[in-house]
Amino acid sequence: MAALTKPKNLQDVAAPGRDGVGASPLRPDGILKVKGDFAYSSDLWHEDMLWGMALRSPHARARILSVDVSAALAQPGVYAVLTHEDIPGSKFYGLEIRDQPVLAIDEVRFHGEPIVIVAADHPETARRAIAKIVVEYDVLPSIGPVEALDPERYGYVHAPADYKAHAFGNIVHSQHIHHGDGDSAEVRALADVIVRGEYEVGMQDQAFLGPESGLAVPAEDGGIDLYIATQWLHVDRQQMCPVLGLPPEKVRLTLAGVGGAFGGREDISMQVHACLLAQHTGKPVKIVYNREESFFGHVHRHPATMVFEHGATRDGRLVFVKAEIVLDGGAYASTSPAVVGNAASLGIGPYVIPHAAVDATAVYTNNPPCGAMRGFGAVQMCFGYETQMDRLAAELGLDPVELRRMNAMEQGSVLPTGQVVDAPAPVAELLRRVKEMPLPEVENWRTADGPDVRELPGGLSNTTHGEGVVRGIGYAVGIKNVGFSEGFDDYSTARVRLEVIGGAPVALVHTAMAEVGQGGITVHAQIVRTELGVDQVTMAPADTRVGSAGSTSASRQTYMTGGAVKQAAEAVRAVVLARGRDRYGWAPAFAAGLRLAGGKALTAAGEVVADLVDLLGDEPVDETTEFRHRPTEAFDKVTGQGFGHVQYTFCAHRAVVDVDVELGLVKVIELAAAQDVGKAINPLAVVGQIHGGSTQGLGLAVMEEIIVRDGKVRNPSFTDYLIPTILDTPPMPVDVLELADAHAPYGLRGAGEAPTLSSTPAIVAAIRAATGLPLNRVPVRPEHLTGT
Amino acid sequence: MKVTFTVNGRPTEADDVWEGESLLYVLRERVGLPGSKNACEQGECGSCTVYLDGDPVCSCLVAAGQVQDREVGTVEGLAQGDTLDPVQQAFVDAGAVQCGFCTPGLLVQTHDLLNRAHHPSDAEIREALSGNLCRCTGYEKIMDAVRLAAARKADARDAAPTGLEG
Amino acid sequence: MEFLRPATWEEALAVKAQHPSAVPIAGGTDVMVDLNFDRHRPDALLDLNRIHELHTWQIADDDTVRLGASVPYSKIIDALPDRLPGLALGARTVGSPQIRNRGSVGGNLGGASPAGDAHPPLLASGATVEAASVRGTRLIPIDDFYLGVKRNALEPDELIRAIHIPSATGPQQFAKVGTRNAMVIAVCSFAVALHPRARDVRTGIGSAAPTPRRASEAEAFIRAELDDTGLWTSAGELPLSTAKRFGELVARAAAPIDDVRGSAAYRRHALAVMARRTLLWTWNDHRATGRAAA
Repeated sequence: MAALTKPKNLQDVAAPGRDGVGASPLRPDGILKVKGDFAYSSDLWHEDMLWGMALRSPHARARILSVDVSAALAQPGVYAVLTHEDIPGSKFYGLEIRDQPVLAIDEVRFHGEPIVIVAADHPETARRAIAKIVVEYDVLPSIGPVEALDPERYGYVHAPADYKAHAFGNIVHSQHIHHGDGDSAEVRALADVIVRGEYEVGMQDQAFLGPESGLAVPAEDGGIDLYIATQWLHVDRQQMCPVLGLPPEKVRLTLAGVGGAFGGREDISMQVHACLLAQHTGKPVKIVYNREESFFGHVHRHPATMVFEHGATRDGRLVFVKAEIVLDGGAYASTSPAVVGNAASLGIGPYVIPHAAVDATAVYTNNPPCGAMRGFGAVQMCFGYETQMDRLAAELGLDPVELRRMNAMEQGSVLPTGQVVDAPAPVAELLRRVKEMPLPEVENWRTADGPDVRELPGGLSNTTHGEGVVRGIGYAVGIKNVGFSEGFDDYSTARVRLEVIGGAPVALVHTAMAEVGQGGITVHAQIVRTELGVDQVTMAPADTRVGSAGSTSASRQTYMTGGAVKQAAEAVRAVVLARGRDRYGWAPAFAAGLRLAGGKALTAAGEVVADLVDLLGDEPVDETTEFRHRPTEAFDKVTGQGFGHVQYTFCAHRAVVDVDVELGLVKVIELAAAQDVGKAINPLAVVGQIHGGSTQGLGLAVMEEIIVRDGKVRNPSFTDYLIPTILDTPPMPVDVLELADAHAPYGLRGAGEAPTLSSTPAIVAAIRAATGLPLNRVPVRPEHLTGT
Repeated sequence: MKVTFTVNGRPTEADDVWEGESLLYVLRERVGLPGSKNACEQGECGSCTVYLDGDPVCSCLVAAGQVQDREVGTVEGLAQGDTLDPVQQAFVDAGAVQCGFCTPGLLVQTHDLLNRAHHPSDAEIREALSGNLCRCTGYEKIMDAVRLAAARKADARDAAPTGLEG
Repeated sequence: MEFLRPATWEEALAVKAQHPSAVPIAGGTDVMVDLNFDRHRPDALLDLNRIHELHTWQIADDDTVRLGASVPYSKIIDALPDRLPGLALGARTVGSPQIRNRGSVGGNLGGASPAGDAHPPLLASGATVEAASVRGTRLIPIDDFYLGVKRNALEPDELIRAIHIPSATGPQQFAKVGTRNAMVIAVCSFAVALHPRARDVRTGIGSAAPTPRRASEAEAFIRAELDDTGLWTSAGELPLSTAKRFGELVARAAAPIDDVRGSAAYRRHALAVMARRTLLWTWNDHRATGRAAA
């Protein structure tokens, strides 16, 4: 076999500029991206490459009676047609529970489950081959979240003998939390007012724009090189190796350009399929999902049904909360256990409530598998508890913001898990800030030339010229954890190299962090500039040659891989300064007091004592370190008590909407946010995260839902799964607080997810204010607003 | 079939094109221009926007054979060598690029808008860009970028000797 | 699959006669979606892009616009909003700006999806479809054109050459409901056109029945109401109760279904609201124009 070259277009990203922590330098990949030269996973190309494609189940639940691939195999241009029988190693994978078949075995459990994979010389050849595969099914009635709770009657999604880890029956995972005296009769008696509500959240999709894709290249050593868009290279590999029957050193992953993720790339999708086809054919194989396949190819946000009871005194003090949550986990476990942990532990919101009883459960069903999406279990809960807070305020005749502020948690508060919040928790302050922002203009759609429909509900569709339009304002606040929780050994690895190139000190940063668009690589360069005082920082491509960086999820990467880069840079600095001891005879204490800035070593007073170039000489300094946040512990299975989360993050929203109350159409006029980020390492990027998260919350509030009927996905397209356009998205003023968390690098607080939580309930609260309707389900549809 | 057309001013030929292929596929997989993006392939996201004879269109919905003898302009053709077009520079400067998958389409669409309207209102910008989905930014920084590009282009026009404006 | 590229209209007709199953493709905004997602594999594509005349329009002596089948929506919005205001409003809601640069009325008619945004204004305007084949040309009244879900009156060898649309003689409106403020397929839509010279009111309903259709009973009601009350002459205010009744009758004319885009009940409700509002907009415009002319 000819020596395999690196796929075309995959390039290193160089980072010029001089800005450190707290500045907003431009993205190092920005120029490539605006020139169209940035190589996303779907852009890769290789000499002699084949196209991979999957045959997916049209049924939600069926026995597979037979699979006939002979006609597909016989088609010219087809190089491989594989079923589960062709898998060399383990046939299962999974992030927390290995319950998901790489290719269906005798049975399909969800609409879209892959059964056969094909490699061919052109996508159309592959499509024609797929069309020739004959699968006989015995279709069974699908099990939904209601049926799942009665397996004796409706059956099991997985045969009882197959249940693994802590799953049993159709229950993937449950978590109970008992705080104070729960919701005992004595506690209930303390409440003057009890408000009970049932709420529902539909299935949301991450809808990242870059479809699942990658290129698997067989290597001469019998291994595979995979160029892939993912959130976590190392755990992809960990799941792939047993399937491929290869040791980790023979499965090498390199991050290709990622077109957004939002949790949807936490699980593997086409990774193993491409590698199996490459292994089988000995040729590079590229797989690129189209949008429809993308809807079937990744997990979604768990739909939730929630029942809340809140008790309060007449003057507005919360006494107790009871919450029962059922999350539809779909056919396979994915991250359902961790989502349950979040839903339970964050389920009462950022409030101090002396008594709480929370039950969260995820069930197996024959619906599409659900797992990670931005907000991860906390989004659904926030819609529930914030709606409850509004209803309670109405019941008590209190201002809804005032009720929240009265009960807001703060530093030192005890959570229902028993955890004491040991960092700033400015919940009341965030609410105050959004409330005090100036309100947008009323009837902004009026112009000298008549109504501007672009500013009205319905927009270009010209449904109102002002008739039926009512304004509403709503508020919400939420709490999200940062980093991996419940005792998980959460760490990130970074390598920093410092050397003289062309007479100047140049740093190289090498991590396996998945840059999915969030700007982590910008931040890493800023940290190195700050710690090592250099201008030039080069980012090595993220790959598995360096240790794990953990996932780009849980708002954790700036904290974790940023922390690792900081720690590695500090190690490099220590070595550099130690060289000064040898070279210039610095006393250890003197060397320890020096810092690096502007290419020099300086004393605390700013006196230059050496040039960094001289200190380095010809010998590079190269340090790799692992960074860990302080340990967490698992929640007690019975009481839910435990130091489960490492950090909390908070965001508050005020939404202003115009509703055409006759047609049930909504125009969000403004969506203001206030968020504490501890320290804005890159203010421009932080605000970008808040805007983006808020907009995904807007989508969930008024339009986004994967509609599933009897297990069948009804709208797997961008024609019918609608995400907000620029005409749906309002101006979003953002107020950023920086109250340092002493436990975190630079005092920073993970920022990516919190804005996704409170945006949805704030918008729905505003719609309620305009319509007077209860609106207990999101997304709110015109039917809900018009009673049709 | 064979398709001969002009891309970014260069005569281009694609061989062995399947008759059902889109212009997007030809650009990405046959002529080495993967800048136009494949996000939905049904005209619902704008990521594949290119100029076709001067009009922005979704290249995923143009059959390859339809571009025979015609002119296509892609995101790769916006910059003059290393000099970015003001629209490209503004997207970088304003923080309008996160994952960047929507960016090529937005750049072509914005480029067209600012050729037609020198001082677009916010409502005009939103209408013009309403066919370009972005999932990362919430569009705020994109609005900033378009305003910035419009202002810089206006400054450049003011600074240029009269009569040069096209 | 063959890719057929006639250079002239006559050649196109000849090719279509030889390959009746060939799928005509102009803007590609429907055809290519089917191809990209493997929903359809026709024997041949018949590219109409090279036929220049399809991208042009002419105004006849009687002020009828003969609109080439491939004239993109963006041209209708820019160049014909005064003559074809209803169609221009509908055109502005089609897909996205990029789609509007390619999509055309001919494509909407060829596809005959009940959700096509051009259909209601064509119905309300009283358009005529010019269909041609090697056998000759025929003019199909729009009312006779839609036969079923995605079925129209074209013969297998026929192509749409142009659409004849009378220039507006009075105000026209179009409204559609979608669950997004742009780039959305109609949950349902409605068009109304006043024809003051003929003392007529025509309507079009989209996406609320197997085919686009007129609300005949509503039209008869409002025609009678305007005649009986002398409002055409007096140009007086249209009573809200009349507009409401008109809306109810429009809703009654629909035969909607429940689907992922909306419920049947909502579609009826929304039609009633849109019909009431758009009738009032057109009537008030009519009154204002009358006053301005007086």
